[in-house]
Amino acid sequence: MSATTHDDGPVLTGEPIAPTTLGGKAVAGSAAWMDDRISGSNFVRRSLNKVFPDHWSFMLGEVALYSFVILLLTGTYLTFFYDASTREVIYAGSYLPMKGITMSQAYASSLDISFDVRGGLLMRQIHHWAALLFMASIVVHLFRVFFTGAFRKPREINWVIGVLLMILGIVEGFAGYSLPDDLLSGTGLRIAYSIMLSIPVVGTWVAFLVFGGEYPGDAIIERLYAIHILLVPGIILGLITAHLMLVWYNKHTQFAGPGRTEDNVIGSRLFPAYAAKAGGFFFLVFGVLAALGGFAQINPIWNYGPYDPSQVSAGSQPDWYVGWLDGSSRLMPNYEIRELGHTIPLNILLPAVVMPGILFTLMIVYPWLESRFTGDKGYHNILDRPRDVPVRTAVGVMSITFYVVLLLSGGNDIIAHVFRVSVNHTTYAGRIGLFVLPPLAYVLTKRVCYALQRSDEELLHHGIESGTIRRLPSGEFIEETVPMPVPQRLALRGVESDRPMLQGPTAHGVEGHATGPGHGDLHMVETAPAKVRGFFFEKKASGSTAAPRPESSTPELETSGRPSQPE
Amino acid sequence: MSTISRASDRISRYGVLLLALTLVGGLYTAFYAPKSSATEQQPASSQSMAVKEGRDLFLTGCSTCHGLNLQGGAGGPTLIGVGASAVVFQVESGRMPLNAGEVQAPRKQPKYSVAEVDQLAAYIQSRGGGPTLPPGSLTDGDLAMGGELFRTNCASCHNAGGAGGALTYGKYAPKLQPASPRVIYAAMQHGPESMPRFGDNQLSVAEKKSITRYVSYLTKAGQPGGNDLGRFGPVPEGLVVWLVGIGSLVVLTLWIGNRA
Repeated sequence: MSATTHDDGPVLTGEPIAPTTLGGKAVAGSAAWMDDRISGSNFVRRSLNKVFPDHWSFMLGEVALYSFVILLLTGTYLTFFYDASTREVIYAGSYLPMKGITMSQAYASSLDISFDVRGGLLMRQIHHWAALLFMASIVVHLFRVFFTGAFRKPREINWVIGVLLMILGIVEGFAGYSLPDDLLSGTGLRIAYSIMLSIPVVGTWVAFLVFGGEYPGDAIIERLYAIHILLVPGIILGLITAHLMLVWYNKHTQFAGPGRTEDNVIGSRLFPAYAAKAGGFFFLVFGVLAALGGFAQINPIWNYGPYDPSQVSAGSQPDWYVGWLDGSSRLMPNYEIRELGHTIPLNILLPAVVMPGILFTLMIVYPWLESRFTGDKGYHNILDRPRDVPVRTAVGVMSITFYVVLLLSGGNDIIAHVFRVSVNHTTYAGRIGLFVLPPLAYVLTKRVCYALQRSDEELLHHGIESGTIRRLPSGEFIEETVPMPVPQRLALRGVESDRPMLQGPTAHGVEGHATGPGHGDLHMVETAPAKVRGFFFEKKASGSTAAPRPESSTPELETSGRPSQPE
Repeated sequence: MSTISRASDRISRYGVLLLALTLVGGLYTAFYAPKSSATEQQPASSQSMAVKEGRDLFLTGCSTCHGLNLQGGAGGPTLIGVGASAVVFQVESGRMPLNAGEVQAPRKQPKYSVAEVDQLAAYIQSRGGGPTLPPGSLTDGDLAMGGELFRTNCASCHNAGGAGGALTYGKYAPKLQPASPRVIYAAMQHGPESMPRFGDNQLSVAEKKSITRYVSYLTKAGQPGGNDLGRFGPVPEGLVVWLVGIGSLVVLTLWIGNRA
């Protein structure tokens, strides 16, 4: 079941079939009633016929959307019972070890949700798991968009919205993590306060402004509550709407394949195929989250106890999406500048303010950075396969490696404890790994991309191994190959023709293969930007630009195409 | 001249100090020490039997490192004055006898029965005294107070959930779940390895009993909310959301993605 729409999607015309069943009549009647008033049938019909391409990786963003819906639903339930107040109360609920302990109303109501509200603990746990899943699915969706080049013109705005959503998700998650006012969340807030303090000149005032005075004060929980349930979710909702409208307007990208061009979309119609699939998928996401909430404990606030500035628990970590900042702070050596009676704590300022600032800025401007370096200003509705743009893929894997080193360092005390290694050594390993592993990952990824391109070429040139072995008159055994079927061929070749094809160095002559003809000469005449461009797409012994491979010059059925074994 | 007189001055001062110390020590032995042995719980005969049995156990199993007279040696420290609670902690948790030189003695399957531990403890106690476990139940303290004291004094290393945590250079605060009330209480009195000693002046007997009760409750009573993921907090939670959450959903997208 597939359909094609051209540009704006042709509105399918046809004789409307009169409904015969009672239900059908009711639907048709109310639809006509609506149509008479807001005349939306044209829009609705066009929307329902909207075609979306099919690929499993296009559903990753949906996980984030559905997690958000579940967050709204469970969060609403929690607001019924949560009381964001720092008023001191004496606990009288049903959890024995807390009986008679003085605590804030916020913490007491969180305990009540966990122990005395029907379904409260399940809701709290689903809410928290959904928050973790929301952020994780945003990240995997980001990977998909990045590695396939879906952020390129005309979708740069949506890329920026996506990055903003991710940053807001971090803020929202952190605010929620702080609300129970237990020992863990208080420890997190203390660190947030210290990070604000580390900003030169204005730091103290920023921290006072946010906390309403010295830490901890009695205002922060109420403020975070308003931010957590009203402000940030409101903005997120608005941005999600804009994000989806832009997907609608720009249409979804698709991978290369038979019939697929830059000007069409091939896939399933929104209704019924995609609607059914997406609807079903919502319940799968909900099911996974309900299972996690039911079977896996998350944030046992009753163990942490009420917040008390004199206490701190071992293993106090932020939720995973803030873990990389914890890691960067752990890896940073203890440097600070003391001048003119002021202290600039570089050990917090650099890893927790400057570094994320730089990284988020780079992320936001990446589409423009890439288009500047490649000189590629064209429209792109067909996605790249990651291997076909080795530099982008390598930059991506390099960044992920950098991030993962930071994330692991954020939990290095747990890692040290569980795997019985020295926590000091994990810190040293992180410090070295942060600078050594990402370049290594870059080089390795690029090599892997080239190798994958090569294996694609192999398939295109020599076909698929058939499993039929033949013996040649010379006595040599060969396996026959069959040409690739056209759809697969198209999926492999993609739309490489409208990419800037430079006769740059092709795969550096790896493994002794011939490099492109006139390799040296081209290097001499290339202009600087073209060199950069060549660096980005340097690739692919493909089609016209490829040097003839030594094997392909011999007829296929006479040799195996592999170097013959020494006798 | 003046040097000599100053030197003789010093000698006489040392003499006085020595005399004073001897006097105090003598008085202590004369009045205090017998009184303390009189407060021992068990009748003298069974106590001396336990000491004798404990001595045999000690000579067989411990004296290679700790010396025939508890004086210590290259392999182990002196045990004079460590008290019975040190024996309870080290032997009942299986840490002693030690296998090999490590950063920290790991908890093992205990080599001695509880009765043998008591005999060893009686023997060690009889040679120089030291802290002993209080009589009566060790877990009849106040649960809520125990929780509060635990979070103030213990959670910074042992984790609020009792999961333990890393210390510097491979040392660690162990997980509390396997520890018996006796071992928990003895650990506070004894202050093994990196752990501070919580004498009765720092935490009263009632407070230590409260902590013991809370730790037993925390680690033995079931936790609501499902699998506790090792009680390490957000790190395993993040791991689970990536492996189980994202992992299963990616598999599900692959499954749905194929059904167009």
